[in-house]
Amino acid sequence: MANAVLEAVELECLRGERRLFRGLSFVAEPASLLWVVGANGTGKTSLLRILSTLLPPESGEVRWRGENARAQREAFRAELLYLGHAAAVKDDLTALENLDFALRQHGVDASERQVLDALEEFGLAGLEGLPVRALSQGQKRRVALARLALGQSKPLWVLDEPFNALDAVAVSLVRRRLAGQLERGGVVVLTSHQDVDLAGLRVQRLALDA
Amino acid sequence: MSGSLASMFVAVLRRDLLLALRRRSDVLTTFFFFIIVVSLFPLGVGPEPNTLRAIAPGVVWVAALLTSMLALSRLFAGDFADGTLEQLALAPQPLGILVLAKTLAHWLVTGLPLVLIAPVLGLQFDLPGGALWVMTTALLLGTPVLSLVGAVGAALTLGVRGASALLAILVLPLYVPVLIFGAGAASASVSGMSVAGYLSLLGAFLLIAAALSPWATAAAVRIALE
Repeated sequence: MANAVLEAVELECLRGERRLFRGLSFVAEPASLLWVVGANGTGKTSLLRILSTLLPPESGEVRWRGENARAQREAFRAELLYLGHAAAVKDDLTALENLDFALRQHGVDASERQVLDALEEFGLAGLEGLPVRALSQGQKRRVALARLALGQSKPLWVLDEPFNALDAVAVSLVRRRLAGQLERGGVVVLTSHQDVDLAGLRVQRLALDA
Repeated sequence: MSGSLASMFVAVLRRDLLLALRRRSDVLTTFFFFIIVVSLFPLGVGPEPNTLRAIAPGVVWVAALLTSMLALSRLFAGDFADGTLEQLALAPQPLGILVLAKTLAHWLVTGLPLVLIAPVLGLQFDLPGGALWVMTTALLLGTPVLSLVGAVGAALTLGVRGASALLAILVLPLYVPVLIFGAGAASASVSGMSVAGYLSLLGAFLLIAAALSPWATAAAVRIALE
């Protein structure tokens, strides 16, 4: 199998009548992190949705391991961990049930022990049996991010604003998981408003402008 | 792959049933809506047994249609709002199968209870035993069709303003064939005619809907997510 390289070739994105970007090309090498920056409304989320095949680009293509990602959708999705703007966490389910379902959905086989450990790592020990509705915004975000702890089998992580609503401790937890992903030779694409300290990681910045 | 497909189907089904269990009030509301609508007719029309027997199948079926509508807007809206639908669409398994699991869960919590209570409600209309049995069988075949066809409409109206009214206008006309043959089965039984034709047609509707609707729904979900 070819190397885990994510390539964007001449991507163009239209939302409504507005052109967000055109002729956007980049290559994300294995063991590197692509940090998409730009003001509100410059198309960061749209770009991430295009990279994850949720949104078809107006023109251009996304290549994964050298092949068009949309043409080999199922194989591509099996290798992708996508975390959207919305947390994809159900208020009526407990943290444990949420994470367990999320992992099944990603095709990750994890024992209950591993799921509990992941929650504990993200500071949710003792809260796993509570409905997520009873948790704070930041804790809810942690429930969503806890899937990073079990995402080893996914070479490509696409994360939309993973640092939103997180405190310093959680930010460093996520950072450690990102470092682990790069060490395994995986690719990470993320957006962030905050200036997060990613020193020591192989970071490539991609600026979108209006 | 097929193993993971089956386990994913079960996971989605279980999660939706669990959610329904946590939000029992939603399920109970639609259930009581059905009971109340059906029970209003004998009160409004009067106690003349022949009239009641004649209108019973139609009343029960129209009430089932409206109840099914009432619950439909919940089918995808919650998952759409909190990002779960995005994740389902990105699962390696075909989205049509996952959508089918959601539709099945929806029918189990909103359709099946109607089927089970229908014979009791039929007694209010003085329906004879045979007709009660036929009506229940017809509902058992017909209500899943309502859920399957309704799922397409629910997916098409995702993220649209005034979705529930639009959904009713879109979906209710599509329910007409099921209404005609569903109510027709019990009416035929009341007047002593054969019901086999009606029931086979309902069964055929069910097979066609089960084969086609998940894929149409999945396509509509993908469009809504773009």
